[in-house]
Amino acid sequence: MTVQHHLDDATLMRFASGDLDEAFSVIVASHLVLCKACRHGVRKAENIGGGLLESVDQVPLRAEAIDDVLALIDNDKVCDQTPQQPVKMPITHESDVPEPLQHFIGPSLDQIAWKTVAPGIAKHMINLQSPARSSLYMLRIAAGKAVPEHGHGGNEMTLVLSGAYRDDMGIFGPGDIEDLDEHIEHQPKVLPDAACICLVATEAPTRFKGFFSRMLQPLVGI
Amino acid sequence: MQVAHRMKQPSEDQVLQNPGDDHKRLMESVSVSQDREAFKSLFVYFGPRVKAIMMKSGADHATADDLVQDVMMTVWRKCALYKPARGAVSTWIFTIARNARIDRLRRASSRPYDDIDDFELVSDDADAEQEMLAGQRASLVSQAISALPDEQQQIMEMAFISDLPQSEIARKLSLPLGTVKSRMRLAYGKLRINLKDV
Repeated sequence: MTVQHHLDDATLMRFASGDLDEAFSVIVASHLVLCKACRHGVRKAENIGGGLLESVDQVPLRAEAIDDVLALIDNDKVCDQTPQQPVKMPITHESDVPEPLQHFIGPSLDQIAWKTVAPGIAKHMINLQSPARSSLYMLRIAAGKAVPEHGHGGNEMTLVLSGAYRDDMGIFGPGDIEDLDEHIEHQPKVLPDAACICLVATEAPTRFKGFFSRMLQPLVGI
Repeated sequence: MQVAHRMKQPSEDQVLQNPGDDHKRLMESVSVSQDREAFKSLFVYFGPRVKAIMMKSGADHATADDLVQDVMMTVWRKCALYKPARGAVSTWIFTIARNARIDRLRRASSRPYDDIDDFELVSDDADAEQEMLAGQRASLVSQAISALPDEQQQIMEMAFISDLPQSEIARKLSLPLGTVKSRMRLAYGKLRINLKDV
């Protein structure tokens, strides 16, 4: 897949410095496994952390620090034989679900428990490990369907996993990410050929513009 | 690929002039032969620096000491995952410290970062990534950062070293959030140019 829409440079920096909460870290990491250019971008940004680490004013360690760690590594060799990896959910690299998202929804888009929230719109809320202001959810929007125009109280990111939609910024297909800040309003419309499945992270509840759309909000919550 | 080859066998001069290459050589000894003395040298250099960023991120002395131990144990255990071609040792250690900081100080999950590392291990574009990053030397990164305007450097330090959220940086500097973002983009753009084909 050729990714056309990438992360904002400011987002690459936030991911590299560790400033994104869980919802946004998961969606950014999911895009990164699909997008080599952004992956390189993050690696470049991490160099800034390395450069600053070199030049920071050092703080002396407690006197025994080094001996303690050396004792630990000496023990480590002895313990190396014992299994230490906890059993994790197996991750597959041959899947339409990016690896970082597989921890939450499993390896297949076909097995998501959708909940219809409006005609043609289904949602699946993702339970995060750490409580945060942001939320992360999947949306499945029917072919040809438009989502009400909405602005955002905060950042919103949308990663397309299947199908495609169009808005003022262009056409978004699989692997593309739309990285919007709080000032931008958009009205995505799914292309006519197939339903669109996306992963969405939002920083704060989105506000719909029109009256009827506002009535929709508690239902859709996007 | 020639570049990667040159980095693996630096001449005496390069080692003397460039602590970054020295760190790569030490990491290689740790990874190839579990060299305890090489690890000790890395600990002496990076331990007090990792402690500094933990304290600037809000940890007290005891927690920061604990985190230094965690980070350096991870360096030891995951030494085989460090690839010289991926960049400076300091960058790799920064990412380990960042992840520890997310897990311990922010009480969030650093798993998305591990997923990216795992993905890169199996992805077939590893060679291309290696070529791209092979030339990035620690000393040049530091130079590129110190060439940034003060207002951009300050934001980089607040974000990467003090672990301040973007919104908090804006508040502390009495700047609109949009200005903080655009300074981050500017700084990143310049570093990206300066770090190209080093």
